[in-house]
Amino acid sequence: MTEKAPVRDFATDFDHTDPEWVADPYPIWEDLRTRCPVAHTDRYGGAWFPATHAGVSTIAKDTENFTSRNVVVANMRPTEEDLPAPIGVAPPITSDPPFHAIARKLLLPAFSPGVVNALEPQVRVLCNALLDDMIGEGVVNAGQSYARLIPPSVIRQMLGFPEGDTETFIEMVHVIMDTIDQSEDERMEQWEPVEEYFRVQIEDHMERPRDDLTTFLLDAEIGGQKLAIEHVFGTMVLILVAGIDTTWSAIGASLWHLAQNPEDLARLVEEPELMPVALEEFLRFYAPVTMARLVKTDMEYLGCPMKEYDWILLGFPAANRDPVVFKDADQFIIDRAENRHVAFGLGIHRCIGSNLARLELRVGLEEFIRRYPKFELANPKDVTWSQGQIRGPRNLPLRVLS
Amino acid sequence: MRVVIDGDLCQGQGRCFSIAPALFGFDELGNGVVLGDGTIAPETLDLARLAEANCPEHAISIVES
Repeated sequence: MTEKAPVRDFATDFDHTDPEWVADPYPIWEDLRTRCPVAHTDRYGGAWFPATHAGVSTIAKDTENFTSRNVVVANMRPTEEDLPAPIGVAPPITSDPPFHAIARKLLLPAFSPGVVNALEPQVRVLCNALLDDMIGEGVVNAGQSYARLIPPSVIRQMLGFPEGDTETFIEMVHVIMDTIDQSEDERMEQWEPVEEYFRVQIEDHMERPRDDLTTFLLDAEIGGQKLAIEHVFGTMVLILVAGIDTTWSAIGASLWHLAQNPEDLARLVEEPELMPVALEEFLRFYAPVTMARLVKTDMEYLGCPMKEYDWILLGFPAANRDPVVFKDADQFIIDRAENRHVAFGLGIHRCIGSNLARLELRVGLEEFIRRYPKFELANPKDVTWSQGQIRGPRNLPLRVLS
Repeated sequence: MRVVIDGDLCQGQGRCFSIAPALFGFDELGNGVVLGDGTIAPETLDLARLAEANCPEHAISIVES
């Protein structure tokens, strides 16, 4: 990739991959809220960024004027040819009404609280196995050796793929993630072994159906018809892409916070019953996920001259810091009782994996602090952050204290 | 008083039934449902108000029965 020009002014030339934004976006958003609540950029072929809760909420719920046909801002302005049909490549996240409701309703039962909560004992065992692997280490990379490994292992279990394949599976997941912004040709080449692996697993499930997500998808029907294999594969890829970086980021950011705020860590250790409330504050304050939409037609909207296929960068993390909605919005308050945060989005595209994400985040934190009730950043300079629409620490070396 | 969920607004955010499991449950899609007729016992009024104040979709209200 070519070197990008530095941002001149985030109100008129924003870039969510700019080093300043990647390092600490919150002051940028606060500044925008006071002087330019909907920022614009000519980068990416033209994009808008609402920095307020009201702006994010209005657009998230408006499926008349905005489409989800692409939810990740690409380098170029899309043309009609670049965009998948309204059904989308990865339904339901890339689908618009009315097909969206059909694809979503089909998946929802697999991620309902009842189904997901039954996984809790398995997630606890998994977290402890990862912690066992770190025994004896004075500094642990909680980003790489813990947070990164929890979501793919849980999803591998849900899909019913062989336990012995955990390492292979994690590697494949990262191939998929790393190719998101590559060209179609590059992606196809790297995805070949991934597709082959998935095909073997799908065929195995067709021969021997089991009580897992793969069999669930193979049995699912739309209008009395079983899903095409491409649809099953597409949905599996969506589950991987949407469910792994995101939860990795949430677990990592929460541990990053606790490493620097010993009073919050001590409260969670001493008052474990506080966890459900604390969890929502971690999600509000460190919401990892920013989505995208595309403008459907030329229009004046929120006072802005929007054009067909302008991008909208839909910053749920920015909405979560808006002082109009949250008292002391820029303060992390571990026992914040009223917390209408939008970390999982708003409206018909609410994150379908939110129950699973909460389970992994809660159990991941509970088991980590049970094992290590005191820890701190080994060296703040060694912490690295992801770039793009999913925000979280990637390397997170923590010094465990006795 | 009783709690009411607006089914057109509810998106299954899941806050109500974790905050006030005495008043809310969920259906097979994970959307919130009011248990029974939603009548709020005096000891659950605070939880009902918290559930209302935490719903990101503003789908919950407390009404006079």
